[in-house]
Amino acid sequence: MNEVVSFGYTLLAMLRDVLPIAAILFGFQHLVLRRPIQRPARVAVGMVFVLLGLALFLQGLEMTLFPIGRLMAEQLTAPGFIFDEATALTQPHHWLEYFWVYVFAAAIGFSTAIAEPALLAVAIKANQVSGGTITVRGLRYAVAVGVALGVSLGAFRIVTGTPLHWYIISAYVVVIIQTSMAPKLIIPLAYDSGGVSTSTVTVPLVAALGLGLAETIPGRSPILDGFGMIAFACLFPIMAVMAYAQLVEWKAQRTARNRKD
Amino acid sequence: MHPADNPLVSHPQKPGLYQVLKAIVRRAIQPLSESAVALLPIVLVIGFFQLVVLQQPIPNFGRMLWGLFLVLMGLALFMRGLQMALFPIGEEMAYNFVKKGNLWWLLVFAFTLGFGTTVAEPALIAVSEEAARVAAAGQIIDSSPEARSSYAIGLRLTVALAVGVALLIGVFRILKGWPVQYLIIAGYFGVVVMTFFAPPEIVGIAYDSGGVTTSTVTVPLVAALGIGLANTIRGRDPLIDGFGLIAFASLTPMIFVMAYGMII
Repeated sequence: MNEVVSFGYTLLAMLRDVLPIAAILFGFQHLVLRRPIQRPARVAVGMVFVLLGLALFLQGLEMTLFPIGRLMAEQLTAPGFIFDEATALTQPHHWLEYFWVYVFAAAIGFSTAIAEPALLAVAIKANQVSGGTITVRGLRYAVAVGVALGVSLGAFRIVTGTPLHWYIISAYVVVIIQTSMAPKLIIPLAYDSGGVSTSTVTVPLVAALGLGLAETIPGRSPILDGFGMIAFACLFPIMAVMAYAQLVEWKAQRTARNRKD
Repeated sequence: MHPADNPLVSHPQKPGLYQVLKAIVRRAIQPLSESAVALLPIVLVIGFFQLVVLQQPIPNFGRMLWGLFLVLMGLALFMRGLQMALFPIGEEMAYNFVKKGNLWWLLVFAFTLGFGTTVAEPALIAVSEEAARVAAAGQIIDSSPEARSSYAIGLRLTVALAVGVALLIGVFRILKGWPVQYLIIAGYFGVVVMTFFAPPEIVGIAYDSGGVTTSTVTVPLVAALGIGLANTIRGRDPLIDGFGLIAFASLTPMIFVMAYGMII
């Protein structure tokens, strides 16, 4: 019974999320464009599917993976797990002692990005538009590798307490250099994949990890150091997707050259 | 033999229950298997860390399975809904706006879509409340609930404005056919310059706000809108010109939030 009630709440929250969008679409379609929507029944059913689907998805995650994942983030960053005794917390520790935190950060970053519905949507669209050259799986794996690297580096930053903006600025420099070298066709998609990699699945778990780390490590404040994980998870997929495209292009060129010889 | 009994003649007007069920199952299998593949890594990661690293049992196994079933069904439904509603509607509206020929309305639509979908976004509401707490702790604002709530609302409006402006610029770029990288790199410079002037407490929140703005319902719609525009306008390539809208929407909030931090 409890579950039905909480599902009702999730559904209501989704409805509140979707209603403004539906109102804007409907308003412009009728007042400005003055054209009926093609196949309105199909669109309406599709909207219900989106609404119901996301509500079920979030409800299921709230029941299973979110609580255990958040708890895990707390346990892995708890002093008792990282050091043998809690008293060790008074002095700073070598960053390598947080080994499992980095592994967990990378693993959770990768796996949540793969499950991200928004990323799936963009990958399906990219696959359609590119005529199948960009595969749904290929793009998502590239993005997920990027998120994994980003979240792991974000954890390292919190552990070492180095300023966030130097990481972000260096990442920008790398992105700009890669942009000048990557195949032109991939650039807009690569930029977009940064924005879609952090959404409903990634944000709750990654943010919990960041805040947990900032609370545990001596000298870090959750307020100043807990943020920034999402920014990393946003930037690294851009690099990963461009690198993936560069790799594919380089391989194709090499085979072409080999064939000529 | 009566024609209705002939198995070689198809009767599209009277599909039996069996055929209907078969068609539904066939259509459901692809999204279901796709969502199973999408969910497998996260299940493996959580399972591995729980059992091997932390060495704890999985709590409430039956409930866990039921929850995973819901997640699986939800993702599959969402994928069907994308193809039935969000993608076609985005592309159709792009087509209609171009056919109408009034591009001002298109820009108004882009801004409204960005602003309207962001201002009520739950992730943004959570982040802005968190930011108000940070600002109060850093003594930027008064720590009274009123001051905090007005700060949080101001921040939400700022981010929504930023996303509206992002879609406006992004759509304008598609119309003009400008390469996306020049605008994005200019945006990066904006972020870097602002970082050195903004109060340090706001920088982390500003950087994160870029990532939380684009919701799961908005992203497919905006992607379809961009691709629809690029497909409809002559001389635009859907891959080069159609993508890029989401990139703007995750860049401008950083600049706008830091500006907000400087003004307050």
